[in-house]
Amino acid sequence: MTRFSFWDLALKALNAHQDWGHQWRKPDPKPEYDVIIIGAGGHGLATAYYLACEHGITNVAVLEKGWLGGGNTGRNTTIVRSNYLWEESEALYDHAMDLWQDLSQELNYNVMYSARGVMMLAHTVHDIQVFKRHVHANRLAGVQNEWLSAEEAKEFCPPLNIGRNIRYPVLGAALQRKGGVARHDAVAWGYARGADRRGVDIIQNCAVTGIRRHADGSIAGVETSRGFIGAKKVGVVAAGHTSVVMDMAGVRMPLESNPLQALVSEPVKPCFPCVVMSNTVHAYISQSDKGELVIGAGTDQYVSYSQTGGLQITTHTVDAICELFPMFRRMRMLRNWGGIVDVTPDRSPIIGKTPVPGLYVNCGWGTGGFKATPGSGHVFAHTIARDEPHPVNAPFTLDRFRTGRLIDEAAAAAVAH
Amino acid sequence: MLLIHCPCCGVERPEIEFRYGGEAHIARPMQPADLDDHQWAEFLYMRTNPKGVMAERWRHVHGCGRFFNALRDTVSDRFIAVYKTGEPRPDSATASGEGAR
Amino acid sequence: MTLSFRTSKGGRIDRAKSVKFIFDGKTLVGQAGDTLASALLANGIHLVGRSFKYHRPRGILTAGSEEPNALVGVAKSAAAAAAGQSVPNLRATQVEIHEGMVIVSQNRWPSLGFDIGAVNDRLSPLFVAGFYYKTFMWPKSFWNRVYEPFIRAAAGLGKAPTAPDPDRYANRYAHCDVLVAGSGPAGLAAALTATRSGARVILAYEQGEPGGSLLHDVGAQIDGRPAAEWVSAVIAELAGNDRVTLLPRTTVFGYFNQNFIGLAERVTDHLADPDPSLPRERLWQVRARQVVLATGAIERPLVFPENDRPGVMMAEAGRIYANRFGVLPGRAIAVATSCDSAWRAAFDIKALGGNVVAILDMRTDVDPALKEKARAHSIRVETGCTVTGVKGTKRIEGVRLGRISGDTVSSAGSLACDCLLMSGGWTPNVSLHSQARGKLDWHADKGAFLPGDPVQAQRSAGSCRGIDGLAQVLADGARAGAEAAQAATGNAVDVPAFSASGSEVSSGWWLGAVPHDRDASRVRAFVDFQNDVTAKDVKLAVREGMHSIEHIKRYTTTGMATDQGRLSNMNALSIASTALANEIPQVGLTTFRQPYTPVTFGTLATTSRGDLFDPVRRTAIHDWAAAQGAAFEDVSLWKRAWYFPKSGEDMHAAVLRECRTVRESVGIFDASTLGKIEVVGPDAAEFLERIYTNPWKKLGIGRLRYGLMLNEAGFIMDDGVVGRIAEDRFHVTTTTGGAPRVLAHMEDYLQTEWADLKVWLTSTTEQWAVIAVQGPKAREAIAPLVDDIDLSTEAMPHMSVRQGHVMGGIPCRLFRMSFTGEAGYEINVPPSRARQVWDAVFANVERLGGCAYGTETMHVLRAEKGYIIVGQETDGTVTPDDVGMSWAIGKNKPDFVGKRSLARPDLMATGRKQLVGLLTKDGKALLEEGAQVTAEADPAPRTPALGHVTSSYMSAAAGRPIALAMIANGRARHGETLHVPMPNGAIAVEVVPPLFVDPEGSRLNA
Repeated sequence: MTRFSFWDLALKALNAHQDWGHQWRKPDPKPEYDVIIIGAGGHGLATAYYLACEHGITNVAVLEKGWLGGGNTGRNTTIVRSNYLWEESEALYDHAMDLWQDLSQELNYNVMYSARGVMMLAHTVHDIQVFKRHVHANRLAGVQNEWLSAEEAKEFCPPLNIGRNIRYPVLGAALQRKGGVARHDAVAWGYARGADRRGVDIIQNCAVTGIRRHADGSIAGVETSRGFIGAKKVGVVAAGHTSVVMDMAGVRMPLESNPLQALVSEPVKPCFPCVVMSNTVHAYISQSDKGELVIGAGTDQYVSYSQTGGLQITTHTVDAICELFPMFRRMRMLRNWGGIVDVTPDRSPIIGKTPVPGLYVNCGWGTGGFKATPGSGHVFAHTIARDEPHPVNAPFTLDRFRTGRLIDEAAAAAVAH
Repeated sequence: MLLIHCPCCGVERPEIEFRYGGEAHIARPMQPADLDDHQWAEFLYMRTNPKGVMAERWRHVHGCGRFFNALRDTVSDRFIAVYKTGEPRPDSATASGEGAR
Repeated sequence: MTLSFRTSKGGRIDRAKSVKFIFDGKTLVGQAGDTLASALLANGIHLVGRSFKYHRPRGILTAGSEEPNALVGVAKSAAAAAAGQSVPNLRATQVEIHEGMVIVSQNRWPSLGFDIGAVNDRLSPLFVAGFYYKTFMWPKSFWNRVYEPFIRAAAGLGKAPTAPDPDRYANRYAHCDVLVAGSGPAGLAAALTATRSGARVILAYEQGEPGGSLLHDVGAQIDGRPAAEWVSAVIAELAGNDRVTLLPRTTVFGYFNQNFIGLAERVTDHLADPDPSLPRERLWQVRARQVVLATGAIERPLVFPENDRPGVMMAEAGRIYANRFGVLPGRAIAVATSCDSAWRAAFDIKALGGNVVAILDMRTDVDPALKEKARAHSIRVETGCTVTGVKGTKRIEGVRLGRISGDTVSSAGSLACDCLLMSGGWTPNVSLHSQARGKLDWHADKGAFLPGDPVQAQRSAGSCRGIDGLAQVLADGARAGAEAAQAATGNAVDVPAFSASGSEVSSGWWLGAVPHDRDASRVRAFVDFQNDVTAKDVKLAVREGMHSIEHIKRYTTTGMATDQGRLSNMNALSIASTALANEIPQVGLTTFRQPYTPVTFGTLATTSRGDLFDPVRRTAIHDWAAAQGAAFEDVSLWKRAWYFPKSGEDMHAAVLRECRTVRESVGIFDASTLGKIEVVGPDAAEFLERIYTNPWKKLGIGRLRYGLMLNEAGFIMDDGVVGRIAEDRFHVTTTTGGAPRVLAHMEDYLQTEWADLKVWLTSTTEQWAVIAVQGPKAREAIAPLVDDIDLSTEAMPHMSVRQGHVMGGIPCRLFRMSFTGEAGYEINVPPSRARQVWDAVFANVERLGGCAYGTETMHVLRAEKGYIIVGQETDGTVTPDDVGMSWAIGKNKPDFVGKRSLARPDLMATGRKQLVGLLTKDGKALLEEGAQVTAEADPAPRTPALGHVTSSYMSAAAGRPIALAMIANGRARHGETLHVPMPNGAIAVEVVPPLFVDPEGSRLNA
């Protein structure tokens, strides 16, 4: 296996880069696998990677109806943070945060995890109460998060308007310094390359059309656009399409799929040092290494698989950005796109077993799945390999909707992810 | 922004006049106490979330205030039919009501 | 420098009117009607910017919005530039110059001519596609500290403005029968045809002057007159029709569902001294019955080595600069092409006196008529000939020639020239069709994707659907206009016939890399100019397993520059398909997304700034409170008086005083923001019975009851006091923020679940202003003002409501209720009379030693009594029992919203968090709201907390700080000592019942 390094790059430059091999193969499906992962997004590829390298399960296929990393993995605003409220969420997202720290080295692929700080703005007395609750809870849980006054927030992010002349003045902020951004495509590609090198077959342009079960109800394999592929276990990591795939196995899900839009400006020289989020006025912004302002908008209200949304959603977000950062009013939107986010009633994911033996699901990440990618794949691989959840994902069952043991980040935090 | 035909007002109006109400035809059980936890969870949380034709509820909140139902294709976002609350779901293959425009 | 590159005649510029502007500190002169690009070219300037990655010198490539190279920073004036109000990344090809404009080149330091960053170009053998994924990983800490800051500083193009934008932006909504995008021959023919049929038409076009290609197709004739005159006549006819809206400088940037179209109109940027009443830009949001897309085609570059050097330009751009702007792009101009249309540029430039040194056509089978015409113009012609490289870096000095023979190329010497016009043929501009979700069909014979069947009510016309030749384009436009008008209006429409001569059908095209005889490892042929993506990068991506065009795009960044791949996509696709040995349609096309070209944030935000960002709701008492110096807080859309500081008081002191005053005498509080819903009808009591946890049927007329509302999941959603006004009429109150949610919730159940109930719901939030008067002297304060209600406790006990009048006939609903623990009233009066009543009550309150109080005091007083605030004690995960309100649940009711969920296992589990009071052991420390509560003073890391502090205040009545908290199993812990760990040590607290004042409640009935 080629190990990426500066020296390798320099060496290959001598031969005009003719000697680079593929980063992943283009295999034909085998008749049967130990594990099939449906969905080659970041979470699915990470699952396959950890199955191979931590559980020794390498007879694995990742099936992707389009191109790997082409769904929400390649469409999000790349924010990484872990300052969630509930203990269950703290553990899950901080597990991911731990993995982010060394991910480039682990994968030998520069995912450009940039710990530039994620700042969440408080605009009302209620926001302050909620964020301080987060800060205190996070501190006890060992999760980095701190409270900043409005002035301190401006010091951390100089473009921020903390004047009183805006509709919802900034009253303070919660800051997670090791939060930041990472390069979303590189995460998918790094995991794909790592999984491929360990024997995982990543099969693109292969749509799953059915799930076949044995007479006893357990998983037999999947029907695909490239024929039937047998599997002892199947993990569904299909994000916005989870309901569609699970329906093939006769399992109904507590999910709704909504359009979520994001946009970038034209690239400019560095002018924005961190990540700023405001749920109250609906704005999420950072600046990519390329120089584009990367801005996340809210979801459209209706179920849709169209990957497009309404203009009013975009303008609402740009309104907020221009209020908080009035110098950006003369910047220009270069590109706008949409993803399909699968949203659960409590805004927390579902990671675990299903009523069908051998069928596992990892879904419901809503608007905030990217940040969890390494942790999500890590605990889901554990769940599939051992047929029991990792302690970190044990609370994130499908059954919680029966018992009422919800992990309601939306209700508790009043903060989107 | 969607353009939605309100069957109660009989007019087409932009989406910002309406509030989405989620999947239609999920009737609240007459005797909730008779349902076990699984059945109750099914009512409360489980959704079809179809890729394709979906029966869904809308409320013309900044108009007549009425809830009504619509059939819409969730891939193209095209409305196939709109109909009043309480009316049966039209056959999506034959529906060509005003909402289909 | 003189304008020595101007032609002696021709062009549409105003030769009589000079315009001075500043470019990189140097004052230059152009003519009115120039774009910045044409003015720079007229000054002999090609070098305008530096590329994104390699910082290569770059010149003006195009004459349109697709320009990838000539991006500049523009300020309206020197003053605006100094004030940090410039706009980065504007295309010089689109900027219309005006007097005093200040332009800076971008992505260079210290100067455009000498750029340190150009060292990247030397390192280009290392900086290939995706190099950053493979390196910068060691040592780990260097990414954040060294590598990333360096990469960030090198990347980016222009500089973001640094000062707030002083300009205004406007917003318009419009409807029309037919919206036409584009004012070239197809667009004008479509608009004219639709207009004559009586349709309401919007014609939007990108440039300041309509006409598109007709403005530079100098020999063209339509209906017997020169094309430009025909354009003027058509525009005059359209402008004279009040059913037509002409939108110049307007980009159709987004095509949304159901023909909802976003347009950005640039109103004043082209003016030196605009009318201050005009906005800078205007957002149009149009619902069009039908849309005609006449967006033309974009000429495609040839991908040969060093094709990015300043002086290399698109052939049609050269023709535009010559014919329309009267500028020759060079002194010795060569043309390299594989397409007939570029020959026109050569002929026109020659006709204007330019020096065309040669036409180099890759084809061998060129139309003899073209060759004949070239001979007539004395232009050297080489067929089967290509350009294999250029000489010169900041401006070309010549080109290398190659003779094509089959797949091989042999050197054919060189040619001196300072400008090379190139053409690989035309890419139909299908962006908007694709945005409208129309499929694209591959036409191998044309080497182009053309619009397939539309999905929305739109059609393409002219060259954006591959139609070529002026007469054909006009006819196609007329057809599209007629079809659209007929579909929109139902009227039969006559399709006009135009007689036209001008541009003929142009054949020939080339896709992908051009063959050459150079050492492939040493030369670079650019596909995406701005992002510095070469043909080799695309091949490298394929070699590395990037087989989807989306992967290739993301790995190489081709097509991701500010032109969104308009120039590069087809070449990249072709190179990829060759490398993959796969057909172009199988490799796929990247998705076209809005916006068509970049749209100013301010235009999207329009007027939504300051108080217009969100509606502001103010009560009838707001102005009074403001005049009293109240501090306000935002609660949902409302501005609520938070506290009323007297001079010298801080918030703490003011709140303590207000609290003490209410408990000792009386306070007056504006409770108008509370939500109010009138629930009326014979089944009103039954309805409330199902909506609230409490029983309602036996509530007497004139009585009040506290109501608790759950969502269907069993969690507390809202609360409020409800009064029975009549057998069939209830006055419901809700929380301030929850009012719309509660009404929607009620309507949902009423309309969709219990449609048989005869109940009507009306929001009355804005119909009742609410003046709360609380305290032992409350009755005394209001009694003199009440006309016809007996206020004695016997006649009107706690939790009762009376209808009557105050102040001689002002109708009121008088509630006797309390959210403070004191005896109190809430006077509901029409908002129009509220201020009058308030002033009168306040006068009495003041006379009795009372004061006005705000929401903070209200919060403290209720906390002293252990009354919850939904959203503070509760967070969407709390049941009635959790907050000790099982008493509010009607035990005998078979069902209510949320009841079934309360029986779910986790909602009945032991150990749930319960509402308690907390007293700090030292009696002094004020706990922080949101602080966590633990059993140990110094818990081990990651020990789950028992709960958290929900409310915490200094209590005047208790003489010490008090707090409410949600604590696991809290009610069983009364008397226990717990801890609130803070960064500087834990605070010991005692768990107590959540009630700190008047436990017997005797004050309520005073």
